[in-house]
Amino acid sequence: MSAEAALAGSRRSHVLWRRLSGGAATRGRPYSLFVAPALVLMAAVIVFPWLFTGFMSLHDWKLSQTRSFAGLDNYTRLLGDERFQWAALRTLYYAALAVMAPLVLGTIAALIFHRRFPLRGFFRGIFILPMMATPVAVGLVWTMMFHPQLGVLNYLLTSIGLPPQLWVYDPGTVIPSLVMVETWQWTPLVMLIVLGGLAALPTEPYESAQLDGASAWAMFRHITFPLVLPFLMVAAIIRTIDAVKSFDIIFVISQGGPGTASETLNLFLYLQAFAFYDVGYASAVVAVFFAIIVTLSLVLLYLRQRTQWST
Amino acid sequence: MDGYRSSKSGLTRRSVLGAGAAALGANSIFAPAVFGQSGFDWKRLKGEHLEVSLTLGPRAELWQKYEKEFEELTGISVGSEKVPEQQHRQKVAIEFASGNTSFDVATVSFHVQKQLYGRGKWLADLRDLIKDPKLTNPDFDFGDFAKGAIDYATQKDGRLDTIPINLDYWILYWNKELFQQKNVAYPRSFTEIIEAARTINDPKNGISGFISRGLKNANVPVWTSFLLGYGVDPIDPDLTMHTDGTEATEAGKIYQTLNKEFAPPGVAGFNWNECQTSFVLGKSAMWLDGIGFALPLEDPAKSKVVGKVGYGVMPPGPKAQHSALFGDGVGISASSKKKEAAWLYIQWATSKQMNQRHLEGLYGAPARASAYAAVRASGKLTGPKLEWLDAMAGSIKIARAGLPDIVAVTEFRDTFGIALTNTISGADPATELKKATEAFKPVLAKTEKT
Repeated sequence: MSAEAALAGSRRSHVLWRRLSGGAATRGRPYSLFVAPALVLMAAVIVFPWLFTGFMSLHDWKLSQTRSFAGLDNYTRLLGDERFQWAALRTLYYAALAVMAPLVLGTIAALIFHRRFPLRGFFRGIFILPMMATPVAVGLVWTMMFHPQLGVLNYLLTSIGLPPQLWVYDPGTVIPSLVMVETWQWTPLVMLIVLGGLAALPTEPYESAQLDGASAWAMFRHITFPLVLPFLMVAAIIRTIDAVKSFDIIFVISQGGPGTASETLNLFLYLQAFAFYDVGYASAVVAVFFAIIVTLSLVLLYLRQRTQWST
Repeated sequence: MDGYRSSKSGLTRRSVLGAGAAALGANSIFAPAVFGQSGFDWKRLKGEHLEVSLTLGPRAELWQKYEKEFEELTGISVGSEKVPEQQHRQKVAIEFASGNTSFDVATVSFHVQKQLYGRGKWLADLRDLIKDPKLTNPDFDFGDFAKGAIDYATQKDGRLDTIPINLDYWILYWNKELFQQKNVAYPRSFTEIIEAARTINDPKNGISGFISRGLKNANVPVWTSFLLGYGVDPIDPDLTMHTDGTEATEAGKIYQTLNKEFAPPGVAGFNWNECQTSFVLGKSAMWLDGIGFALPLEDPAKSKVVGKVGYGVMPPGPKAQHSALFGDGVGISASSKKKEAAWLYIQWATSKQMNQRHLEGLYGAPARASAYAAVRASGKLTGPKLEWLDAMAGSIKIARAGLPDIVAVTEFRDTFGIALTNTISGADPATELKKATEAFKPVLAKTEKT
């Protein structure tokens, strides 16, 4: 095809397109049509599920049984459901520990790996390995390690003269034990984020501080920490969302037990939806759970704005 | 007490007794038929393809092991997948609710899914298929299935939407070596179970007198095993609950005593697999659970107690002697477009020959009477394996449904499972069971209303 023919074809397509799209009077409309596929996709995979979840939450709906409109009954039931309330409190407790521990340990690890030492790259690689493992596989391995009689953790404790623990098999220690697994797996993520922040820090403030005779701690306290804080906030946001909706590790290791001692909102939701098939009530839990995650995210985003470097 | 109904579906002690008698008494005509000898046209649907969804476990292993035999017999290709029990139940239920399943055949647990599936009419009624001589092999011999098993599989409205595969009788596994060391005899009552556990329990040397499921939900059959010994079911067919009365509390106290005082630390989080691990290592003297564990216990590669395991019938309680009964079946998805091919698969999978393999291989307790007679006549099971078969025979005679035949059985297990787990941590059984009963009453009223 010659260049002229191609040009003529292109003009004809353009004219046809203008006619189809209403001509010059609606010049913006053709471009909005390009957005349509994305809008349709968004509506199908995000908006529709949410609307349908909202619809289900307003119904008394169990699989294999007839559906009936229930208004806000599922939401009022939630307000009086002690098990749901305990699950919400446990979620906050779990999330607080599962965010703080990796943040502290990840920052320390980042400060260590920011320094130059032999085989630093190799050790960094080793350190981030847990993050690459599938949480279900991680859960299975830790389940064996936690076993009170046969697990390696109690073997290690007893070999140094400490008493064996019940770990995830005791209501009092199950959440800290699960957080230990989360921490082991996700500290590397925080380390990577903070390490990125440390690499981006300007060197001038450190040079000035050294000239003024500042100690290492003073430099960390007054220079490193404030400058790395925005990166820590990013890590905190990611970890908070992950920790609040944590499911796989808890499900594989403790299934929310013993009893309900580690039943978080996600486990409670799973039980309602996939064990009791109470999809109406489960949908109400989803709506409330979503509201909690959005609120937490907004608070953290606000805090992140406050900690951003001024330019 | 004999003959009273334990469930709405018609599972009675008498019917199970009848099934047991049939299973034990037969001795001559039960050599399994070789497929294709009856002139039945197995190949009439040659070229079709079936999808089969199986619950991960011994029976799925058995069926997959011989799957090629079915494919060669019928010319029907099979795609079968094994999914762990809990996930399988969810997957299958959600697919059924969607109205269009990816599978043609699925396995079903009677004690958890039967009522749910029955209410939704998610499985095809098999009665017409069974009656049709063009579709059913004459050797299928429906009358060979234990009546109790067929009653267990039958829905409240009389529909038969599954063929029973396996009946799981709860027995007491005991470590003969540990018993001999302390000169203790096999217990003959609930009190003797406690006394035996107390005598043998030796935490300093890592030996527990008893072990059973402590994990919520999974632990409920342990409690109902004791409750049945007090002569009551957890819930009557008329929905009367017996879950917080004197009998329930006494059964709860036994559960608490055995698991709190004589089980290994951490038992509150143990399911059957942790119990099995402890028992195969020779660390527990008694283990109360389903009968299907002989295979790993007698496997030298997995077990340190090979040849030392006693397979005991559940000892009598103060008022009755019962072995808690659970079961599984296989059915055809109501939305399947290959129901006839699926029916051929089920006929093969639940045939006399497969049932005999099932029993001989220690895969569990099949539902056909002929399998028991054939295996005894063959003399293939000897020593501990024969003792296992005897325990099964003894349990058949006293079998009784271990869970109520209600739609909300998962909620029942969850609610009472939490109460039982709490008792291991020291909570009062009476208080916990009363609280659980109050919590479950509205669920029962709502889910059972017609």
